[in-house]
Amino acid sequence: MTSLSYAAPTSVDAAVKLLAGASGLAKVLSGGTDLLIQMRAGRFKPELIVDTKKIPGVIGIREENGAFVVGGGTPGAVVEAHAGMTKAWPGVVEALDLIGSTQVQGRCSLAGNLCNASPAADSVPALYAAGAIAVVVGSNGRREVPVESIPTGPGRTSLAKDEFILEFKFPARPARSSDAYLRFIPRTEMDIAVVGCGISVTLDANGVCTAARCSLGAVAPTVLLVKEMADVLIGHKLDADTLAKLDAAAQAAAKPISDKRGTAEYRKKISGVLARRVAQIAFDRASGKATGKTH
Amino acid sequence: MSKTHVTATINGEAAEFLCETQQTMLDVLRDVVGLTGSKEGCASGDCGACSILVDGTLVCSCLMLGVEAEGTSITTIEGIAQGDHLHPIQQKFLEHAALQCGFCTPGLIVATKALLDENPNPTETEARYWLAGNLCRCTGYDKVIRAVMDAAAVMRGETV
Ligand code: FES
Ligand code: FES
Repeated sequence: MTSLSYAAPTSVDAAVKLLAGASGLAKVLSGGTDLLIQMRAGRFKPELIVDTKKIPGVIGIREENGAFVVGGGTPGAVVEAHAGMTKAWPGVVEALDLIGSTQVQGRCSLAGNLCNASPAADSVPALYAAGAIAVVVGSNGRREVPVESIPTGPGRTSLAKDEFILEFKFPARPARSSDAYLRFIPRTEMDIAVVGCGISVTLDANGVCTAARCSLGAVAPTVLLVKEMADVLIGHKLDADTLAKLDAAAQAAAKPISDKRGTAEYRKKISGVLARRVAQIAFDRASGKATGKTH
Repeated sequence: MSKTHVTATINGEAAEFLCETQQTMLDVLRDVVGLTGSKEGCASGDCGACSILVDGTLVCSCLMLGVEAEGTSITTIEGIAQGDHLHPIQQKFLEHAALQCGFCTPGLIVATKALLDENPNPTETEARYWLAGNLCRCTGYDKVIRAVMDAAAVMRGETV
């Protein structure tokens, strides 16, 4: 057995050098809530683990003129305790909060959830809907990419061997904007999504949607950003007709498989139901903000 | 195989240990440091029997590497009692018979400590959600929740 080494570099440069210089498999460690289980299960045998948590910026949240920058390794519990993120991006926060137990919340991170590239990851549909930008660092410097360009298939990402996600940028919100995420599971806690749906909207003063991003989880090899769902919302209020069209667009976009969590047919149906519910919450939040009243 | 030298604080005392990278904090506590109170129910983050506090944050020690403990302050079930005096949470678990085989108990008590440190006055619903990651195959949870709510009241200085 080759020995496994560990490094906890304190700068991006040092981390990138370690990753680039590894002769065998090197894995990036943030919270470890997926990585440790996969290593134990023998899914892969890394020769090096690079713990990113001591790198400045990886843990923590800062606000820049209404935009938020969240360190890639920031634990779920820290994001959920952040008043600014909770107010601006309630959908992202509620999605992250659905990952695992209180114990897991102490460690799990957005970067880990995205790079583990599970199609059923809870925070990922919300990140797609939010239009979050991943700040990727590597030997060739720094690049900023839409989050939806990171997962390429189950357990696979577009990141090069020497790259990792330093932080996520959430753009400043126009007035009357909000988001929401729901997943369907057969119980109330501690389960994996049968279907997940994230929606982020901006409304005008009359409640007409002017911008939208919609996503579905657990219905394809990766989380899907569904333009057809957003197109149904943009230019409309959330009336019965719009909801019916949204439901149909979600069902049409879902390309699920049948497995122990549900049949393909069931998942399609649930995609439509969740899309309606999530849109309602996102619209209610967005309009509530604009008028200062609850709807 | 080279081992890493780790310095941390465990239950208020300076501690040093040598560990291999793949050893989890739970392995280190049980097999290297000799603190066997934390249990391994699943080794996959599902059962909570291995719960510990790292710098005050509740985590599964089976999902953390021993090498990650460098410079941290760790509390395990062995650090909950105050000398010979049981902590009120431990006392209430006994009084309410909130354990049978006891395998889940160290994790539940550490998780309850974390809950009450953060929220001294939880609702029953908040307590149940907080403890959703601590599985118990014996008690049916009701006695656990009664012990938690009662311990919270005692710790707030209310007479119960
Ligand atoms: S042993 Fe760690 S959660 Fe079960
Ligand atoms: S008392 Fe037996 S598992 Fe909880």
